[in-house]
Amino acid sequence: MTHPNRPIHRGSLEKREAKLAYVMLIPTFLIVLSIVLGPLLANFWISAKPVQLGDLRSARVMVNEALRPRPKVAGEEVMLRYRVRNSSQGDEITVAGLTDTLPVGLIIGDVPDPCALSGRTISCDFGTLEPKQRLDVLIPITVEQAYFDNGIRPRDDKAVTTGSSQNVLTSLEFTFDNFRKVFSGPEFWTVLKVSLYYTIFGTLGALVLGLFAAQLLNTAFKGRNILRGLLLFPYVAPVIAVAFAWVLLLDAGPGGTFNAMLIQMGATEEPINFLGQRAIPYSVFGIQFEFPMALTTVIVFEAWRYFPLSFLFILARMQSVNSEMYEAAEIDGATPFQQFWSISLPQLVGILSVLFLLRFIWTFNKFDDIFLLTGGAAGTRTLTVDVYEQAFAVSNLGAGAAVAVVVFLVLLVFSLIFFKFSPQDDG
Amino acid sequence: MRMSWVTVFGALTGSIWGAVWMIVVGILLMLVSGITTHPPVGIAMGIGAVVGICAFAIVNRFADRISMALLSVLTLFALMAITLFQPFGVSMANGPVYQVAALLIWAGLMGLSMHMGLVGYTGEMVSRYRFEVLIIRLLKGLGFVLFTIVVALPFYVMVMTSLKSQQSLLGNPLDFSIDLGQGTASLFRSYVELFTDYNFGIFLMNSTIVSVLTVFITLAFAIPGAYAVARLRFKGQALLSRSILLIYMVPAIVLVIPLYAVFSQAGLRNSLTGLLVVYPATTIPVALYMLQGYFRGLPSELEEAGLMDGLSRIGVILKITLPLALPALASVSLYVFMIAWNEFLFAFMFLDDLNMFTLSRGVVSLNSSEVPRQHLMAGAVVATVPVLVLFLWFERYLVAGLTAGSVKG
Repeated sequence: MTHPNRPIHRGSLEKREAKLAYVMLIPTFLIVLSIVLGPLLANFWISAKPVQLGDLRSARVMVNEALRPRPKVAGEEVMLRYRVRNSSQGDEITVAGLTDTLPVGLIIGDVPDPCALSGRTISCDFGTLEPKQRLDVLIPITVEQAYFDNGIRPRDDKAVTTGSSQNVLTSLEFTFDNFRKVFSGPEFWTVLKVSLYYTIFGTLGALVLGLFAAQLLNTAFKGRNILRGLLLFPYVAPVIAVAFAWVLLLDAGPGGTFNAMLIQMGATEEPINFLGQRAIPYSVFGIQFEFPMALTTVIVFEAWRYFPLSFLFILARMQSVNSEMYEAAEIDGATPFQQFWSISLPQLVGILSVLFLLRFIWTFNKFDDIFLLTGGAAGTRTLTVDVYEQAFAVSNLGAGAAVAVVVFLVLLVFSLIFFKFSPQDDG
Repeated sequence: MRMSWVTVFGALTGSIWGAVWMIVVGILLMLVSGITTHPPVGIAMGIGAVVGICAFAIVNRFADRISMALLSVLTLFALMAITLFQPFGVSMANGPVYQVAALLIWAGLMGLSMHMGLVGYTGEMVSRYRFEVLIIRLLKGLGFVLFTIVVALPFYVMVMTSLKSQQSLLGNPLDFSIDLGQGTASLFRSYVELFTDYNFGIFLMNSTIVSVLTVFITLAFAIPGAYAVARLRFKGQALLSRSILLIYMVPAIVLVIPLYAVFSQAGLRNSLTGLLVVYPATTIPVALYMLQGYFRGLPSELEEAGLMDGLSRIGVILKITLPLALPALASVSLYVFMIAWNEFLFAFMFLDDLNMFTLSRGVVSLNSSEVPRQHLMAGAVVATVPVLVLFLWFERYLVAGLTAGSVKG
């Protein structure tokens, strides 16, 4: 507690303040460290590992115990069977073993080899289990009346298994195969190019639409607030909802509303497969070009979904521009376009470049939109979608992580370039 | 009247509006009535061009309303005459009420937009300034129409599809007419089935739990952190306040693989707890950034007075700072709620158990050929409505939150 009347040494006050600050920041620091920075580093680690999705379930000794045949009367001789199996497809288990205590009422006969009996407890030591290896242990048992009386069955007390396996994730074995695979694939450079197209045009599209929308709403008119609310819908609504609405709207099969509209209007004869067609060939002056249909559609979606954000920022900035500048320009006879070009735009350069920077990075990071619209098919596979495809569709976690490393490095390069050239004022 | 660029522009304005309104009204007519129309866009453009030139003789001579009415009547008669009384390419006997209404709307909109676009001009050449005003009028008008349609159309399709049946959708994808006579139970069939057969009640609850708890956890972490960054002096303060947002440059997809690996082995993967660890971690930095900006703006004299009067720091935060920062807390809460509610990637990667699905994950599971589309769209509506209602209710706060400092995309 700080007491105002007592003079306190300045240094100690500062120290206490700093200490309090650190205490207040530690929770945030810890959670960010463990969920963001930790995984970021772990991703580098995984990218240098030959790890498949299946390897996440580490090799374990599975055991299934049963009395065969099922005893019916006292005095019957049956077999107790332990079915032991290595759960892994690829990893061996060393020092595999099991211990199990049998219920009262079962007289245990000769215990076969890797196992030993002490009291009512059976313990076995299998040594090394090969991948996928199975083995059965059979122990003769004589059933007594007490077994039926007490109602306790061997399975009620589960056999405890032990064993250690190499976990590929924690081993010190490293490889560059993932990166080699990623870079040597013919797809990679296409994917990188598609990522850049998507990012650049998606960002510019959102900014230009946002600028236009901000111009529209920078004048007072009836229903302005309603329109502003409406224009924010694409950004506020969940991505799954709007993405699927677009998918159905643009469907090329029967039932696709947008194609039906185009056909009704006579704009096209055949339905256009907006999200499924890689390229539409066309020629200008005899030169053949290909129009990347699906990629353009996802770029348009990106611009549609994120223009509200740029629009809000730009509008906020515009409303803070001093109106005297426009009045002075009017007196000097500047035309509306000249005013926009010479007064508004220079005032907006700061916010536009900050928006460009942020949107550029976030668009590059974007996964959901393309994944939901096309799943990365038809020439729309970006780096982020590629991470998912490699790691979870092809089940090669290591390769996925390697692509993720590329994503992060590209991003780092962009960030460094941007921060070097971005204006210092806004932000 | 001499030909001038203004006259040419009048024709251009007229033809553009003719095309735009013909397309818009023609499609609306199809969507609302289910009539298959063939809107004569070319003819509408021609009429627009001619009326656009004639408009200069009308717009300044009469009062606004009369001028609009005259232009409307002119376009209406022209369209009827040229299309031989089939203004939308089909016989007027086919849904006459709808067609007459659409025709009146088309003509009315033509009159309105041409009058608003050209009033004050006589068709004679004007200064560059005045000519640009003319261009801007056209651009703004088009902007209003196009933005409204482009934003609203997917939502309209979403809602209407959810109320239709698969057969009628495939039969005529432009027919979004709703048979109101069928009773509400039949109309909202898809929604009822979602909640009875597809566990959407559970999904809705899971989403609510996750989003609300994420808000509370985020605030619990971000408030002290933001206060420390804004008010307390310590080494690294400046660096920290600048670098918080860098966390946001880290793509979620890079975090997914390691988190997936760790959560799989820790048994956190199929649980809401897992999401409740990840979501706050991604929202805390931005919440901290937004809040510290707001805390800085509060007068520190109030807090100093509180300290003088013997309050502890914690007391100052609880009794002085937080009550003053309520609007900012509302903004941040709404924004965090929106992020958690809409989040897709982690929910998709981590949740396999139906009982743990959030709405985002649940709607994705409807995207299969076995589930009819109206169910998918009904699911999308269920996921969208709560967040849109919240947004419209607290728009002011959310807009403030979105623009406060910087925002995640």
